[in-house]
Amino acid sequence: MFRAHWWAAVAAVTRQVGDLEMAEDAVQEACTAALAQWPAEGVPANPRTWLTGTARHKALDRIRRERLRASKEAEAMREASAPPPPGGWSASTDDELALIFTCCHPALDLAARVALTLRAVCGLTTAEIAAAFLVPEPTMAQRLVRAKRKISQAGITFRVPRPGYLPARLDAVLRVVYLVFTEGHQASSGETLVRGELCDQAVRLARALVTLLPGEPEAMGLLALLLLTDARRAARTGPDGLLVVLEQQDRTRWNASMIAEGEAVLERALRQGRPGPYQLHAAIAACHSGAPSAAATDWREIALLYSELVRYEPTAVVEANRAVAVAMSEGPAAGLVILDAIGKDPQLARWPQLHIARAELLRRLGRRQEAAAAVREALALEPPAPEREFLVRRLGEL
Amino acid sequence: MFLLYGASERLPEPGTGEYQQMLESWNSATEAMRAAGVLIDCAPLQPSSASTTVRVRGGETLLTDGPAAEIKEQFGGFTLVECTDLDEALKWAASLPVAVDGSVEIRPVIQVAAS
Repeated sequence: MFRAHWWAAVAAVTRQVGDLEMAEDAVQEACTAALAQWPAEGVPANPRTWLTGTARHKALDRIRRERLRASKEAEAMREASAPPPPGGWSASTDDELALIFTCCHPALDLAARVALTLRAVCGLTTAEIAAAFLVPEPTMAQRLVRAKRKISQAGITFRVPRPGYLPARLDAVLRVVYLVFTEGHQASSGETLVRGELCDQAVRLARALVTLLPGEPEAMGLLALLLLTDARRAARTGPDGLLVVLEQQDRTRWNASMIAEGEAVLERALRQGRPGPYQLHAAIAACHSGAPSAAATDWREIALLYSELVRYEPTAVVEANRAVAVAMSEGPAAGLVILDAIGKDPQLARWPQLHIARAELLRRLGRRQEAAAAVREALALEPPAPEREFLVRRLGEL
Repeated sequence: MFLLYGASERLPEPGTGEYQQMLESWNSATEAMRAAGVLIDCAPLQPSSASTTVRVRGGETLLTDGPAAEIKEQFGGFTLVECTDLDEALKWAASLPVAVDGSVEIRPVIQVAAS
């Protein structure tokens, strides 16, 4: 019930007291107070204003009690007695942006950025985040404390980055949102394939970013990508809990309204004429969701989009995906040439997906023994449990 | 404060083209910071073979010959700048020649009121 207001409340109080940790604690206390008060007295007309105001008072009370540094106290007291600013004490767009830009600052460890965003912006509890990333709760708590300490000591200011710094900082924010999604969509470890809660949070974050930064086509590209990918969630896991690959998914189980929204958002982004990697990823996802059947997929277009994408992301992952698209449009042999070139890098040879893709192309070429060997190589690299089951099945078929 | 860690302690020989090139790239980096009004002070240091590490344990002053930690990169100098926030500091730190082959550690200075 409080999660919808968490971001705004933490953002407003952080701006007022200048300390993220204190703001977060105060909003938590305000939520506890609401749990006690609202059932008896009724939900206030504007719950967000109530939570923000209550949290603000709690934070100022704490500053008073603890008598922090004299200057901070004086400043807070001036704020306390000052009349509210024109927009009230509630968070402005800039406050909400400042909060997510702070949590996603590239000077913070990447894992810490993801955790901090889920905590401070999304309002997940430390226990929930620890469970999502399969680490003990004290470890996650420690990670969060360390990140907040770094923010206050390292000179990371609570503000929207100035124009010259905005593009790089926005990339960092989008990356965190994307990571939250992928961690939910394809859990890197553990027994469940999809952790829906994380996917939902990522979509919510992307949606909010589009509202907060309407002029940024890459934010729209990210939202479109997440919607188009998440639309396939129900079809991605079979009744047995096993992974169902894209070409075998029951397309009637795809979420049509999410696809329609994703396509519309992507169109709006592309109209701005400033392409970028997220828009390209989304365009690729749209090629899949727009195909009435796997056989009707426009692989030539997808291969083309991947070769555009390589310019922004010159990585083996993108190259491998291009190889698959080329294999589909020009035949497996053409795709295999690209994959074999990538496989020469010893680090990439440890990436299970590469072997899974090779196995598939070798199978189509009728080279069954080599295909089976590639599946075994993928299995030796200990992929997540549901993928492992899928591979074992494939090995049986070969 | 930018703590500058070089990949090697061995500086090019004065008089060589390599030395001249190093001097010029440092001059242009520090000139840019001076022109932007952020530079407070900067200096290279003698090599770590000249360093002595001081620790006081139980009231006793212990000296160790050499730097505090044995690491591959060598602490070779510092640059003190005044920046609005970390973003600005990161920009200047990345402009230093040592960032390319060594590294720059950014550590905010704690403001201590003069008594």
